[in-house]
Amino acid sequence: MVEFTLPKNSVIGEGKVWPKPEGAANLREFKIYRYNPDSDANPRIDTFYVDTDDCGPMVLDGIIWIKNKVDPTLTFRRSCREGICGSCSMNIDGVNTLACTKGMDEIEGPIKLYPLPHMGVVKDLVPDLTIFYEQHAAIEPWLHAGADPEKERLQSPQDRAKLDGLYECILCACCSTACPSYWWNSDRFLGPAALLQAHRWVQDSRDEATEERLGYVDDTFRLYRCHTIMNCSKVCPKGLSPAKAIAELKNRAIARQEGLSARS
Amino acid sequence: MANAGTDERAAKRPLSPHLTIFKPWLTMAMSMAHRITGAGLYIGMALMALFLLGSGVGGWLHALTGWLASGFIGGMIVFLITWAIFHHMLGGIRHALWDRGLYMDAQGRELLAQASLYGGVGLTVLLWVLKSLAG
Repeated sequence: MVEFTLPKNSVIGEGKVWPKPEGAANLREFKIYRYNPDSDANPRIDTFYVDTDDCGPMVLDGIIWIKNKVDPTLTFRRSCREGICGSCSMNIDGVNTLACTKGMDEIEGPIKLYPLPHMGVVKDLVPDLTIFYEQHAAIEPWLHAGADPEKERLQSPQDRAKLDGLYECILCACCSTACPSYWWNSDRFLGPAALLQAHRWVQDSRDEATEERLGYVDDTFRLYRCHTIMNCSKVCPKGLSPAKAIAELKNRAIARQEGLSARS
Repeated sequence: MANAGTDERAAKRPLSPHLTIFKPWLTMAMSMAHRITGAGLYIGMALMALFLLGSGVGGWLHALTGWLASGFIGGMIVFLITWAIFHHMLGGIRHALWDRGLYMDAQGRELLAQASLYGGVGLTVLLWVLKSLAG
């Protein structure tokens, strides 16, 4: 449902300004969303100062520095620090991206960090991704094919190329949580990430469940809540285009409908 | 269903901010403008029907609608309706292209967003300039 304002318990208040590190020549200001589930207080924005001479160049380096040197309770997900695990996705300077591949020097002014938009917040920069993962599971992201063959399932280089731009998704959720349609209908719209994966399996020459897959997504909400707003493709830190995948998926779904009505 | 979505703590979770903190991109703004002009045209078309009805019926209704449309506020509304028509029409073309998977790349999508913004304003101005030249 479209709800432009935040619920009462989510309205953001003023937070704490943490002291500047002593003797630092180069400081970078961070404004970070904080929420503690163990207190009844509303979320707030804390201000931190990072000594950039004592810290790596990426936004992730900055928040790790804060966690180590200023406030050990600052909570965020991170793992690979090289843009392949998809853990450190968050809203940085108004755009969803990975903290590990976003340089501090790419941002002007204070570095503003929020959790991925329109999600339940577990703590600080950690959103609840339960529904997001359920949607991924719903499109059954594995090969559907008959009995095991005697040899491997062959695929021509041309057919393999059809998966380029689809298989590289790291499930960071930047795209789905950047999508206004997903904000208003995340309970019924599958969202760009799950739909890109649905298309990845529809495109796979080895998969034998194309008909069922298209039948599942061909729904007013699951697929057609996409209104081509384009935020998904603009934020994707891997340079993929969920919007294009969804446009192709819609065309496949339409072609299937036409096929069904021609047969009947 | 995992417990994370149903337990008591999850129900208390705040919702992270969205519209207010997201970068106001032109592509997203054009999507909103397409909806707003579309909704506005429902009212616009009703007003236009009323105006045509006035012209057809004549008499006091014609005098009333003519008077309304020639005033400053009425004139502004007519001007905005013409802009909404052009903007929404170009938005429709933009979406028709995107639905075919065309111009969806990084340059293409910005180009189409700009084209519908400037094109809508340009065509509106052009129409009114031509109208004023025609007297």
